[in-house]
Amino acid sequence: MRAFVNLYLALDATTKTSEKHAAMKDYFRTCSDEDAAWALYFLSGRRVKGLVKRSALKGATLSLTGLPEWLYDECREIVGDTAETISHLNASQENRTLEAQENPAKNQQKTLSQVVQEIIIPLGQQDQVQQEEVLEATWRSQTQQEVFVFTKLITGALRVGVSQELVLRALGEVLGVPPEVLAHRLMGNWTPEPSLLATLKEEAVESRKFWHQPYPFCLAHPLPDLSALGDVTQWAAEWKWDGIRAQVVKREGKVSIWSRGQELLNESFPDLATEALSLGDGCVIDGEILAYRDGILPFQDLQKRLGRKNPGKKLLAEIPIHFFAFDLLEWEGEDLRQRPFCRRREMLELHHQTNPAFGISPLVHIKATDELLEMRDRARDKQAEGLMIKRLDSPYEVGRKTGTWWKWKVQPFTVDCVLIFAQRGTGRRANLYTDYTFGVWSGEKLVTLCKAYSGLTDEEIVKVDRFVRQNTLEKFGPVRTVKPELVFEIAFEGIQFSSRHKSGIAVRFPRIQRWRTDKKPEDAEKLEQVKDLLRQREV
Amino acid sequence: MKSGRVITQRPEGLTCEAGGFTIDPWQRVERAIITHCHSDHARWGMGSYLCSPTSAPLLRARLGPEISIQTLPYGEKLRIGEATVSFHPAGHIPGSAQVRLDVGGEVWLVTGDYKTEPDATSEPFELVRCHGLVTETTFGLPIYRWRKEDHLMSEIAAWWRENRAAGKTSVLLAYSLGKAQRLIKGVGREGPVVVHGAVATMNRACQHAGLRLPPWYLVSELPEGVKISDCLVIAPPSAAGTSWMNRMGKVSTAFASGWMALRGARRRRGLDHGFVVSDHVDWPNLLQVVRESGAETVWTTHGYAETVSKYVRENMGLDSQALVTHFVGETLDESEAGEEPETLETRGAREEQQ
Repeated sequence: MRAFVNLYLALDATTKTSEKHAAMKDYFRTCSDEDAAWALYFLSGRRVKGLVKRSALKGATLSLTGLPEWLYDECREIVGDTAETISHLNASQENRTLEAQENPAKNQQKTLSQVVQEIIIPLGQQDQVQQEEVLEATWRSQTQQEVFVFTKLITGALRVGVSQELVLRALGEVLGVPPEVLAHRLMGNWTPEPSLLATLKEEAVESRKFWHQPYPFCLAHPLPDLSALGDVTQWAAEWKWDGIRAQVVKREGKVSIWSRGQELLNESFPDLATEALSLGDGCVIDGEILAYRDGILPFQDLQKRLGRKNPGKKLLAEIPIHFFAFDLLEWEGEDLRQRPFCRRREMLELHHQTNPAFGISPLVHIKATDELLEMRDRARDKQAEGLMIKRLDSPYEVGRKTGTWWKWKVQPFTVDCVLIFAQRGTGRRANLYTDYTFGVWSGEKLVTLCKAYSGLTDEEIVKVDRFVRQNTLEKFGPVRTVKPELVFEIAFEGIQFSSRHKSGIAVRFPRIQRWRTDKKPEDAEKLEQVKDLLRQREV
Repeated sequence: MKSGRVITQRPEGLTCEAGGFTIDPWQRVERAIITHCHSDHARWGMGSYLCSPTSAPLLRARLGPEISIQTLPYGEKLRIGEATVSFHPAGHIPGSAQVRLDVGGEVWLVTGDYKTEPDATSEPFELVRCHGLVTETTFGLPIYRWRKEDHLMSEIAAWWRENRAAGKTSVLLAYSLGKAQRLIKGVGREGPVVVHGAVATMNRACQHAGLRLPPWYLVSELPEGVKISDCLVIAPPSAAGTSWMNRMGKVSTAFASGWMALRGARRRRGLDHGFVVSDHVDWPNLLQVVRESGAETVWTTHGYAETVSKYVRENMGLDSQALVTHFVGETLDESEAGEEPETLETRGAREEQQ
């Protein structure tokens, strides 16, 4: 596993894409096919799920180190990452120096795939007592860095700053296969079997092997400026829905619904899966899943559906969903992606006329810039986040290509809020109070409106962190109640009435727009004002 | 506010009322005892200063030549009022001292900042037995554990060699007093060392105090034929991102600090490298000092004071309390990262830049 640990450290040590690319190429060139398959699996953000509970990780660490539980919890909070905490604590047994731990002689070296097959996967079948024994024994035999990477593999995604695209570019160069071909072959669920690399390398792969897979999603860039469009008549616009992007695949009599994150969604949306059975075979539609009942429901409702597999009748009736199609990628078994967008769209509309199993997202051919502006102004009334602007002659690209699809969001809503709770962040922000909860006034009280994590500069974060530590009123576990004093302008992509939120309002994508040092807490917004804003919009 | 027969915590700092002096005071007092010359321990405006002989020139370099200084060599006893005072090496930076106080046979020890692992520049730490211990806890969590000095220095030397081969200048950010000299002494024989003005001032003061260092240069005085990309450049963290750095060409930047032990802290600063080099005691050695000091009462200060105190109380069975200090605790983003108050050497550096 040493080679994979070194690859991880090399990727972690640099922010330069070229250096990450080189490190991955070196690794893929020299490792076995078995290891390459697993490395690809982990580097592209996949994980073996549901292996160990936090309590097993903690139990094994406490048993190994003899530390009291409260001290483990405190360390975890400061470090902000379980695997890293464990790697430090494991090194902290009093009789074990870091140097002794690094003596390679006592390390029986297993390869990455051996570690996965012999240690990681069996963990899933063990009870907690066995798990703790295995973890303890494994950590004992590892260097600090190996403990870190190994524990990362069993606790969650690797997050080492490489995208799947970047991994495939490196692997593609080593295998001599274009990365977009690899991307298609690796869509959906796959297992990192030793034969995977051989399959990926095959010149002509029979379609059967990949029969259920979606196509790599075409993604949009934010539109920097209207002038980027050039001749506006070459473009068409759609609403940018705030739902779940999905491809509905119907092949060989079966339906697969795929999210952009390549999760199979059939179990969450059995209603859609059933409706889609009526599609012809060899058909792939790209679109957006929305919660819909007399209009579009808040994203939080859709999330409820997403989070529930095999939903009951009550939930199906309460939160029905609807699929808004906007692209046709395959028809009668033929891959249409290289055809121009306008042509694909015509075919989609034609198909829709004969099969109303899905809805269709309206499209406007643009004649003048004013139309775009006017359309964007109406986006909010349509419960849309903004516009998608697509070039009429563009193919359906793999990933994010500049100049074919643009997203143009509406200006966000902003509300001045008061900081009321703070919690330490994780990862890059570990050890600093960076996770904030904001409130607005309801009479004399502040009620929670949202949580936000992003938007401040590093310098501001340090200042807020200091404020939090010096102005803590109460502590509840890791959460600190702070003196209501700091005011921030919070921006939202979406804001709606909601009976399930204490404030009566549900927000989407809150982020800190700026720190209003010029405002006093009493200048912050009142809940009623926020609600008025919402009512005005609905009229 | 904690109060004992020997030491009382007062707004101006830890005070020995029997002796009429305050240790590392943060407000004006008549008589100050200074453990070491970092700016959060050695402040302006005291009536008189008592420090170790090595600290004296450093203190003058930081606070000006006109201050009134009395020195006391390590191990020698000095009677002040009802108290007997002696200094014992703290191993933190050159001249750093732990202060032993004896009032009527009750012995207390104020460690100041300390490090038990020896390095090539500071006088090696001495364990002192006492009844009451006041210990710093900057890195008082079991996640902090340091490597041996030679391992650290060879790591830095390897990074420097790699950069040279790639034609990049190695810029190592480090606290200008103590850490900088420790690094110069530790790896300075590997090639030419260039220092920032702030570091130069402290180098001169240390050399004046008798410390021997390998040759070092200001960037303006680099000998003919020496390429900057072959050099190791040592600068205080506050120099990062300033125009002074523009003269360095293509660089690889690293930070030498105990805070670099955590990945989050490393990534937050967007550095190419973080070397875990600390001038403070780590967790296992902190516990060992507490145990071997024989102290029955342990007061904790700076950093994770509450945590260490709780551990000492519950797991070591000693009487312990955390002192409330003016400081929130030394953190990466404050004292080590360059929010130093202006001192003579930072002023010198600023003038050099202008």
